[in-house]
Amino acid sequence: MIGAVCKAAGSLQYKTGTWRDNRPEVNDNCNGCGICETFCPDSCITIENKKCIIDYDYCKGCGICANECVRKAIVMREERK
Amino acid sequence: MSTISVIEGSMAVAQAVKVCRPGVIAAYPISPQTHIVEFLSQFVADNEMDTKYVRVDAEFSAASAVYGSSATGVRSYTASSSQGLLLMSEVLYAMAGTRLPVVLTGVNRTVSAPITIQPDHQDTMALRDTGLIQLHVESSQEAYATHVQAFKLAEDHDILLPVMVCMDGWILTHSFEPVKLEDQEKVDEFLPPFVPKYRLDTKNPLTYGAYADDEVPEFRLMMHFAQDRAKEKIKKIAREYEAKFGDYFGGLIDTYRCDDAEIIMVAMGSVIGTLKDAVDKLRKENIKVGVLKVRSYRPFPGEEILSAVKGAKMVAVLDKSLSVGQGGPLATDVKAAFASKQAPPVLGCIAGMGGRDMSMTLIREIIEKSQKAIATGETPDTEYIALKRQYLE
Amino acid sequence: MVLAERENLLAAGHRACPGCGAAIALRQILRALGRDTIVVSATGCVETFTSPYGMSAWEVPWIHSLFENSASVASGVQAALEFLQEKSSVVVISGDGGTFDIGMGAMSGMFERKQNITYICYDNEAYMNTGVQGSSATPYGSSTTTTPAGRASFGKIQHKKDMPAIALAHDVDYVATASIAYPQDLMKKVAKTKEIYGPKYIQVHTPCTIGWGFDSSKTIEIGKLAVETGLVPIYEVEKGKPMVVKKVKNKKPVMEYLKFQNRYRHLLKGEQKDIADQIQAICDKNIERFGI
Repeated sequence: MIGAVCKAAGSLQYKTGTWRDNRPEVNDNCNGCGICETFCPDSCITIENKKCIIDYDYCKGCGICANECVRKAIVMREERK
Repeated sequence: MSTISVIEGSMAVAQAVKVCRPGVIAAYPISPQTHIVEFLSQFVADNEMDTKYVRVDAEFSAASAVYGSSATGVRSYTASSSQGLLLMSEVLYAMAGTRLPVVLTGVNRTVSAPITIQPDHQDTMALRDTGLIQLHVESSQEAYATHVQAFKLAEDHDILLPVMVCMDGWILTHSFEPVKLEDQEKVDEFLPPFVPKYRLDTKNPLTYGAYADDEVPEFRLMMHFAQDRAKEKIKKIAREYEAKFGDYFGGLIDTYRCDDAEIIMVAMGSVIGTLKDAVDKLRKENIKVGVLKVRSYRPFPGEEILSAVKGAKMVAVLDKSLSVGQGGPLATDVKAAFASKQAPPVLGCIAGMGGRDMSMTLIREIIEKSQKAIATGETPDTEYIALKRQYLE
Repeated sequence: MVLAERENLLAAGHRACPGCGAAIALRQILRALGRDTIVVSATGCVETFTSPYGMSAWEVPWIHSLFENSASVASGVQAALEFLQEKSSVVVISGDGGTFDIGMGAMSGMFERKQNITYICYDNEAYMNTGVQGSSATPYGSSTTTTPAGRASFGKIQHKKDMPAIALAHDVDYVATASIAYPQDLMKKVAKTKEIYGPKYIQVHTPCTIGWGFDSSKTIEIGKLAVETGLVPIYEVEKGKPMVVKKVKNKKPVMEYLKFQNRYRHLLKGEQKDIADQIQAICDKNIERFGI
């Protein structure tokens, strides 16, 4: 588009999940409280059926979700590449 | 019915802007632009214009505010001069790059230092490469017409670039002339409401001002192509204006007694009137001279200039500014347009900087230097006209 | 006030560093604002990581032009909306460089004009986008690449500019500070701006993993410590009402906050310990002044 104007949400084409060194994994302690979703910088957590779902296409593995989870329901594990 | 009033050049601009119905005006005062924005403020205060007037804290903010309003899909206008235009320059690059069709008046005044409020073209020359279309006017009436034309040109979806109407400060802005003011209804027919190609709108969220890496050359080139297309549009719109209102001031250029001229003076702005007068006098002395007005400085009409002057023996280009280390910018552009073509020699003349009066004596000096160059077959690159040597020490 | 439940208006795939505080701020701010919002941003981290051409993360209309003019661009957007008789919220989201330093004149002009615009500064306390140079938001004693700690330097000599006080001096309608570590408070404040006509200023404390030097998982933890030590007071001033301050029950010594961050690492050594004491004195003064 002229003037470098562009459409919304085109960033979804760019899969930032490849940046990840550590991978958050959700265990049974999760009750879907949503703290992790509120603090996720990368818009890659959703809460469905009282459980947090991580979109690994975009998760950069920062570890904030695991650090902030009060129920210790998210554990960071080294990414196997 | 149109009416003829004896008004200041600034009022002619304000009246033109008024009938163009901008939704937003943002401006900051600077001499000699002030009367334009004072008149517009009064129109808004008197409810003669349905316009939001944003009184800003600096020219930088004036340009930025119209940047925002134009991106929101509203016809927008600003005006400035000299230091103010330079303060706007960063915004103007971005405005052109984002293809926002703002119209602004560039009231020509020289640039500090030393500081003075006298007119020359140094300020708008500094904005030459921004992407702005630059149209220079000769009279208050042409200023009126060119502002109306400028909105139509800027907002054309094939163009979408800011247009700056350049007019000499004081000489035009502060002198009184009879000016024909057109009917609102007729102007509305000539200039329909602004239809933006895109706009900031929550119903269709777009991103403006994205970060580009690989795309940069193409975006800048697209501005260049739009300016190329503007060449035809400027001519067409000038003729449409003539058909509607009966006035014509030239398209990209205008010529006066050039057909059989041996010496043709090329210039821009208010000096054109003086030069035409001088040509009439010199013609009575059997000196075959003519005048070529460059109306559109960007896009630069190199081919049109060449075809208008190719029968002459000398082209004297008058520059009211100096690209330090190079010479007159207009002369440089003319020479570039003539390079490797069958063309007359070009004598660059720096004259009238800092508001120095363009007198008949000074014009005679230009003609004498041109005649000398023709006689000797040697054309100096640049002549400095009416220098006061006592200041050179 | 009802926040749209978990509405996300910052699309995934943006290029913020892992653990970016500013990205967290954006998500919370946009959630509180909702879709009927036009955002204007200054050049900076947010602008860069959200807007690669064709890959914009914004799901609301967004405009950036330059570093120092976001308040003025917003003024034009607001004037245009008024002309069109449209009612969308106009919100500036700019960093501390664009707010405290280069864009302050434009922001002051917008405040003085009393335009209906919310100005939100995400304050990560230095020029992060260009590589952690000091700004007037950089706090006392902090080491940046242009206020480096060294044999003859303890980092930034000057104190952080009190921008909310400057905003208040313009008699604006609403001034608040907030932190991404307290999202409910932040979102409540941002949502409140939609109900107040006139200029509003919110300053959001936004930890930066790269610039401050801490692990990417600690962004919220650091943000909390800044508040719990009293170094970053959280308050709001609604015109005509008394200031409301977030109280902290068990205040922590500032060293708890400093010791996690590389930008304060030089203060942990013996010879510059007195600078850490002076930072504690800033906290104590804040606690007294604001009644934290």
